[in-house]
Amino acid sequence: MEFGLSNEHLMLKKLFQEFAEKEVEPLAAQIDEEEIFPRETVNKMAEMGMLGIPFSKENGGAGGDNLAYAMAVEELSKKCATTGVILSAHTSLGAAPIDQYGTAEQKAKFLVPLARGEKLGAFGLTEANAGTDAAGQQTIAVLDEETGEYILNGSKIFITNAGQAQIYIVMAMTDRSQGTRGISAFIVESDTPGFSVGPAEKKLGIRGSATAELIFEDCRVPKENLLGKENIGFKIAMQTLDGGRIGIAAQALGIAQGAMDETVQYVKERKQFGRAISKFQNTQFVLADLENKIQAARLLVYRAAWNKDNGLPYAVAAAHAKLFASETAMEVTTKCLQLFGGYGYTRDYPIERMMRDAKITEIYEGTSEVQRMVISSALLR
Amino acid sequence: MKIIVCIKQVPDTNEVKLDPKTGTLIREGVPSIINPDDLAGLEEALKIKEATGATVTVLSMGPPQAAEALREAYAMGADEVVLLTDRAFAGADTWATSSALAGAIRTMDYDLIIAGRQAIDGDTAQVGPQVAEHLEIPSISYVEEIKEINDDYMVIKRQFEDRFQMIKVNFPCLITTLGGMNEPRYMRISRVYDAYRDDVVIIKTAANLEVDPANLGLKGSPTSVRKSFTKGAKTAGKVFEVDAKEGAKIIIDALLERFII
Repeated sequence: MEFGLSNEHLMLKKLFQEFAEKEVEPLAAQIDEEEIFPRETVNKMAEMGMLGIPFSKENGGAGGDNLAYAMAVEELSKKCATTGVILSAHTSLGAAPIDQYGTAEQKAKFLVPLARGEKLGAFGLTEANAGTDAAGQQTIAVLDEETGEYILNGSKIFITNAGQAQIYIVMAMTDRSQGTRGISAFIVESDTPGFSVGPAEKKLGIRGSATAELIFEDCRVPKENLLGKENIGFKIAMQTLDGGRIGIAAQALGIAQGAMDETVQYVKERKQFGRAISKFQNTQFVLADLENKIQAARLLVYRAAWNKDNGLPYAVAAAHAKLFASETAMEVTTKCLQLFGGYGYTRDYPIERMMRDAKITEIYEGTSEVQRMVISSALLR
Repeated sequence: MKIIVCIKQVPDTNEVKLDPKTGTLIREGVPSIINPDDLAGLEEALKIKEATGATVTVLSMGPPQAAEALREAYAMGADEVVLLTDRAFAGADTWATSSALAGAIRTMDYDLIIAGRQAIDGDTAQVGPQVAEHLEIPSISYVEEIKEINDDYMVIKRQFEDRFQMIKVNFPCLITTLGGMNEPRYMRISRVYDAYRDDVVIIKTAANLEVDPANLGLKGSPTSVRKSFTKGAKTAGKVFEVDAKEGAKIIIDALLERFII
């Protein structure tokens, strides 16, 4: 059993840390305050190959692995959870399904520019009346035999990277009578006529991340853009989310670690009753308990990524990682804010932003309740 | 065009702490980095590579763990990385270091050699110009900008205390570069993997160099350090939290009071 990181992972971690400190941290408060998508940062990430970490070099990627990808999301999210989720949604939700299910032509046309970071990816499954109950899809796709195009109608909500992405993986019903077995996955380009993006959502956290509705009005998608086969879209979506959960778990881990780093520094400086508050046992015990959970979360997150890299089942491992890491992020940020006291409640310190950002990790890409369903169904099988 | 960049792996002095009892540097656990002036030189070389198709070889002398710095250089985009490592090099001063580097460079093709101005751990600024002397080629130190470069010559902006010089120089030549002259690029993620998977670091020992062994290592070093000590602080400093204007006034008053100005 090996718990140490390899030399290349150590060097990558250092690289991600340096990038996060120099490029991501200085913008974090501003992009939150002004709800700006950090386009320049994403361009810099693309330049170093961060948008294609787990994909092969032939497909435009870095030839790396999911552990390095998870570490990248973690390090970015320590400083800015918005930047972390942009990478996670792009890699796990936009690009990975094409890597897994795409034809050679689809990979050349869509995966290569995604992995190189020339284009950004996104994923559309959720609808107004189909959240956790993904089977309730209303978006439909009808094949026009004459033109060889699918005609999509409907809408998707809460889509991360909406309006910023050029390539979307979209689920739509091709055979409504079959329920989840009647869903298909399509690759939709942003310039397709009939495709549009709604206004940005106003959110509690990850405010720099672009979240909006995708609207399909007689949107004609070429037959060649069907991903996998007809009617296997639900399986594609579920497997995609299994992988995505590793990214979100890594984001949650990063938020928790970032909050801990800020708090350790603060409690050493902040004086009350004539001494640093780090000298009080309440501070010490709270931090010890939180650090304990962060370390446990890291093991779960890295284990899930490692399983995926080694061809082992990872769906349940990813659910464990996401459930534990996201609840840890929420607890750590809330209790760390308490240690900051009144200052922590102000926007002069990053801790309130981290607490607002943490909440989404318990909700998107499967709520904590969904993760419990995944874990318990494996347990009670 | 063939470019050789000389780099040194140094302790990150921003992270170095002093042992309160002995007053000496605690080096254990301090991360190692590529010396900042050298990193600027590497970035210049990589920019020239992108503009002209030049090849970039990075050369370093140091213990086996200095291979890490060379892997970083490879991950940034260097074509080839070479480590000079041998017990015979240990304890080298600037003369012995420059002798070894020059001894390696004699076995290589080159048009331009780039070294950082000085290392943050030694601060001598001697090794670069000494290498040029050993090789009998021109050297220009304190370069802050390469204004123009082609196959025959380059035009250089050289920093001086209160002015700068514009110098046109033919190849082969050596320049020493200033940190801050550019923003060094990040490593490319794919090349980090390559740097380990492909075992890219070429190792050379004293036997591979064209150099008189009498000029290597501690024995070949004319420098001998008699004593090293840490200068103690006389009194505690004062901290003023004021704006720049008021701060300047406080400083001037203090200097006047001590008859310094």
